[in-house]
Amino acid sequence: MPVGGYMSGIFGSSPVKPLQDHMAKVLACVGKLIPLFDAIMARQWDQVEVIQGEISNLEKDADKLKKRLRLHLPKGLFMPVSRRDLLEVLTMQDKIANRAKDIAGVILGRQLVLPEIIHADYRRYVQRCVDAVAQANRAINELDELVGTGFSGQEVKLVEEMINKLDEIESDTDRLQADIRHKLFAVEKELYPVDVMFLYEIIEWTGDVADRAQRVGSRLQLMLAR
Amino acid sequence: MDIIIAYGVVFLVLAGVFGLFMAWGIGANDVANAMATSVGSRALTIKQAVLIAAVFEFAGAILAGGQVTKTIRKGIVDAGPISDSPELLVYGMLAALLAAGLWLLIASRKGWPVSTTHSIVGAIVGFAMVGIGMDAVKWDKVGMIVASWVVSPLLAGFLSYMLFRSVQGLILNTDDPFENAKKYVPYYIFLVGFIIALVTFVKGLKHVGLESSPAENYTYAFVIGLLVMVIGRHFVRQIKLDPSADKDFHYSNVERVFGVLMIITACAMAFAHGSNDVANAIGPVAAVVSIVTSGGEVAAESQLPMWILLLGGAGIVLGLVMYGTRVIATVGSHITELTPSRGFAATLAAAATVVLASGTGLPISTTHTLVGGVLGVGLARGMEALNLGVIRNIFMSWIITLPVGGVLAIIFFFTLKGIFG
Repeated sequence: MPVGGYMSGIFGSSPVKPLQDHMAKVLACVGKLIPLFDAIMARQWDQVEVIQGEISNLEKDADKLKKRLRLHLPKGLFMPVSRRDLLEVLTMQDKIANRAKDIAGVILGRQLVLPEIIHADYRRYVQRCVDAVAQANRAINELDELVGTGFSGQEVKLVEEMINKLDEIESDTDRLQADIRHKLFAVEKELYPVDVMFLYEIIEWTGDVADRAQRVGSRLQLMLAR
Repeated sequence: MDIIIAYGVVFLVLAGVFGLFMAWGIGANDVANAMATSVGSRALTIKQAVLIAAVFEFAGAILAGGQVTKTIRKGIVDAGPISDSPELLVYGMLAALLAAGLWLLIASRKGWPVSTTHSIVGAIVGFAMVGIGMDAVKWDKVGMIVASWVVSPLLAGFLSYMLFRSVQGLILNTDDPFENAKKYVPYYIFLVGFIIALVTFVKGLKHVGLESSPAENYTYAFVIGLLVMVIGRHFVRQIKLDPSADKDFHYSNVERVFGVLMIITACAMAFAHGSNDVANAIGPVAAVVSIVTSGGEVAAESQLPMWILLLGGAGIVLGLVMYGTRVIATVGSHITELTPSRGFAATLAAAATVVLASGTGLPISTTHTLVGGVLGVGLARGMEALNLGVIRNIFMSWIITLPVGGVLAIIFFFTLKGIFG
């Protein structure tokens, strides 16, 4: 018996914490890209396989969290942020993890070898992309504080600065990506053409990780603006 | 007239028993809703909530319950056409109590959210329309009551929106929310004490035999506000910044300051609820008692006897202690998202609205008003998630409870008429 009538019914379950949990899971998943590329560069394929498995599992966990949050977001819920913005942030967060899974899957499947000449740059590139996701995670983690202040004042400024920083990190990755493409272009004639095709794809996808993290930030910015 | 004299004692006893039962039901079920925001925000433990509710519901019923009681007693039914057969009004009021009580019992068993106020008003209008005649209902007054059902949640929503906005501007969005909370919360405490005291002095106290001039009213209310403020400030000052509590959530220290305010607001809410809802139980009792003791005079201008207010207050406290504790615990455990700064804004807005209605003599639904208050905070982007299905429930409560209360009252009315002749 739902004792007490509507006073207990009026408070819906908050979507903020589940959204943050999802983002934390995504970050954990993407963070595995660093050891993954270390293993790739060292050509330890059994190690790559282990890490690929971990990434795949974390992505599945994130997927479950995503579905659970979607189910707990009925239409009649009145929230300080629009339901659409919230769902779009969630979708974008989820796409970050998907990309990490794609990267790991293709590299393992093709036993793709990274030419020595781009190793150093690629390490920095992956690190920056993970940084972008970590920064997006930091911003999403401020969402409960944003609700705490009712989306105004100092807290909004703080989050806006975080989002600006995220944009900077993303520009960094764009620059690094251009450098890597340039270096790969110089040596591509000496490599197996199909591998080169996939290398470009992997470079693109790695950049996608930062790109999608940035889009999480811009969605968050839309929430602030309302 | 003969019937009144012959069965006078029976009518009195029946009215007393039905009224006590109704008051018991209000204490058992309704109080939980009024206290929900206080317990849900974790500012109070269950025991404290029950204690506060018991003391302030009783005080509200006794000190400020007279005006609404008067409305229920003689504001809805025009007894003029039946001055020759006053027993009809006695049957009607008893039937209304039975109908509302039974409907509330069924509804709370089934877990349907219904309002005590709507049940009793529906029941009284029902028996008057059918048992006496369409002319017997004071439609202008009923229209005002119904309008107040729409206005009260809106007003509470508006007030809580403004309150929460002011909390954002003065405290939450500043560079040092904790220090500003300690600085401004005492003024909010003053506001709580002042509003409640003022309305009580202006409108309520004449029913317990105290009269005072407007200037005196404001002075007394101001003094009481200051008094509450001094007490509150004492507790606020004892709160020291706990840096370890701020790891997860920057505002947890601020919320501790608001906790003090929430406790005082909870007192105000219990007082407001007692002042408005006690009438649902004792209004009809007062009508019956007035007719019987005057020997069949329907329009007797008698003072509301103190013992009736006491009966209502005692009934509420009894229901609260016997059964309400459990309901409060359940409701409180369902509400986990509410922090004291929100709970305070919603509750104070509702309490002020309800006390204002009590002073004006309008029977409104405390729960609906509180829902309005919570939604107001939500509009100020203060709540993480609110379930708008509740608004639909409120409309359902209006659409269903009024006719059901009316029909049940009509059935009981004719039953009583058949029994006593």
